[in-house]
Amino acid sequence: MEKFTTFTSRLAPLPIDNIDTDQIIPARFLKTISKAGLGDQLFFDWRYGAEAKPNPDFILNKPEGHAAQVLLAGDNFGCGSSREHAPWALTQYGFRAVISTSFADIFRGNSLKNSLLPIIVPADAHKALFAAIAADPAATVTVNLAEQKLTLPNGSTVTFPIDEFAKYCMLEGVDELGYILQQAPEIAAYEAKRTLSIDTLA
Amino acid sequence: MSKGNDARPKPRTIIEKVWDNHVVAERAGAPTLLYIDLHLVHEVTSPQAFAGLRERGLKVRRPDLTIGTTDHSIPTHDRSLPILDKVAEAQITQFEKNCRDFGVPFYGPHSDKQGIVHVIGPEQGLTQPGMTVVCGDSHTATHGAFGALAFGIGTSQVEHVLASQCLLQTRSKTYEVRVDGTLKSGVGAKDIILNLISRIGIGGGTGCVFEYTGSAIRSLSMEERMTICNMSIEGGARAGMVAPDDTTYQYLAGRHYVPKGAAWENAVALWRQLPTDEGAKYDKRIEIDASALEPMITFGTNPGMGIPITSVVPDPSSISDPLERDSLGKALRYMDLPAGKPLLGHPVNVVFIGSCTNSRISDLRAAAKILKGRKVNPKVRVMVVPGSQQVKQQAQAEGLDRIFKEAGADWREAGCSMCIAMNGDQLQPGEYSVSTSNRNFEGRQGKGGRTFLASPLTAAASAITGVVTDARTLL
Ligand code: SF4
Repeated sequence: MEKFTTFTSRLAPLPIDNIDTDQIIPARFLKTISKAGLGDQLFFDWRYGAEAKPNPDFILNKPEGHAAQVLLAGDNFGCGSSREHAPWALTQYGFRAVISTSFADIFRGNSLKNSLLPIIVPADAHKALFAAIAADPAATVTVNLAEQKLTLPNGSTVTFPIDEFAKYCMLEGVDELGYILQQAPEIAAYEAKRTLSIDTLA
Repeated sequence: MSKGNDARPKPRTIIEKVWDNHVVAERAGAPTLLYIDLHLVHEVTSPQAFAGLRERGLKVRRPDLTIGTTDHSIPTHDRSLPILDKVAEAQITQFEKNCRDFGVPFYGPHSDKQGIVHVIGPEQGLTQPGMTVVCGDSHTATHGAFGALAFGIGTSQVEHVLASQCLLQTRSKTYEVRVDGTLKSGVGAKDIILNLISRIGIGGGTGCVFEYTGSAIRSLSMEERMTICNMSIEGGARAGMVAPDDTTYQYLAGRHYVPKGAAWENAVALWRQLPTDEGAKYDKRIEIDASALEPMITFGTNPGMGIPITSVVPDPSSISDPLERDSLGKALRYMDLPAGKPLLGHPVNVVFIGSCTNSRISDLRAAAKILKGRKVNPKVRVMVVPGSQQVKQQAQAEGLDRIFKEAGADWREAGCSMCIAMNGDQLQPGEYSVSTSNRNFEGRQGKGGRTFLASPLTAAASAITGVVTDARTLL
């Protein structure tokens, strides 16, 4: 995983609550056995109309949305399925962070493992961001994970919460599986004292 | 000075007990390393995880705690026919190769145990009380009906569990969903869960694990409890649990992977210690009066947009929050439904009876009760898709397949089918379905398709009339 660095970017606003993973990446694209090409399928059914013609009203088809590395979404982003294809599609498209007031648990966990930062902001800052982007589509925010700070277009900052360990892994580019496998002795010790078990090979 | 009763252990919920039993290691500044007792794998969310193992030169640590099945991409037509979708076929072929290469047992398309991953776990006795169960699928919550802590994970975590049998996890909050009282005739488990989600919203359980308690839950069968736990994720919760009881043990006794003889007695004795202790505290609570419930149906584009079937579609202009108002307006435009009108009588193009929510034998029996001796409306395409090959065989042994076919419904092979529309079973743009599945998101059942989620009774009744129907008029 690459180290997550501070960056400044424009915003792609998507003012819809409860954007689910079926919208982020429709299920018919999950038949792939690799991760390649998912960025092109991001928000496919909103992004494209009949015969895959780009829908001119959709933010990712507008120049201001195309340039953004931060997605600004409504409440409860990423609800629905556990498909990690959702953060894969978002990062392949070029997003490095999503701002919302809340995220569905599995999506949030999946994002953190793919260097996509879910930024939770309070409702008033969330409203202010939508207002700022409506006033000036070229408005920018600065994302600083080390200090857990988001700088709004007016220069004010809000802090956002993040789990300490996830922050450390993102900043240092730590691989979680490597970290787990270091604990092989503890895993073996636990296995030695398990009482109930099944055997799927039986 | 009063002396506290420090020796007595703090009362715990079942959620905390199962968690505590699976802690492998706790290091400062890191999440808990949690052991996983059962890992279910399917073709859609595992290929990149197996590829990761190959890249790193790792093996599957515990193939004996792992099992695979093909369900999402698999066609539900005659299994002797080839799979027409080459991309789906490649995914299934790769899945079988991955399982073989890594020594993971699996139920392929031709196995008589193949089925939806959340149907076969309980059916084979793989899912047992007190276990930790994971799968790269959000409806893993289903297995919580047995008092297991069961939750969906992403593909990175599928790789973690394959390689280490462990996951890094932080504790969830505990959320009691207490359902007391007696259900009215024609109202069932699906209505309880749709009612809960319509109250708390689809983000209401975020960060939590539900425990379903109360007399109404106790009186439900295991299959009904599975229907409820299944949709915990639709309320935003990672998992949902029901403490095991005699209903649980009766269901499990004698199933393939369940301990036998003295080992069974030992297991039951341990399981009896799992239920939440008297006096244990939950972080959140809600109470539902089962006797006040009506059959539920959704009108919108998320599972929280549900109403009693006798009620009317809500009006966006009555909502003050602008984003919320816009979201409801957008949903009604997608669904092409007027606000303030009832759903009853709304025309239906397709009825889908299936999915990990409602494809078990009791669901099929409920649908058959309505369809028996009747004909489905000629304007409606009706698909009945059993959750597993075992369910299919049981239904055929009971003659349910004949009831479905004589009524004019299509009787299919087991799989996820039109729940997720990955396998060719799908709605056409603009079509309406009454579906017993769990998600009504835009395009979930096919691009441009519109889904009303409801119980098997409501689905079957709507199949007969061709419009959204209160099944109680046909019982
Ligand atoms: S039936 Fe539907 S919800 Fe259940 S596992 Fe299959 S696709 Fe997922």
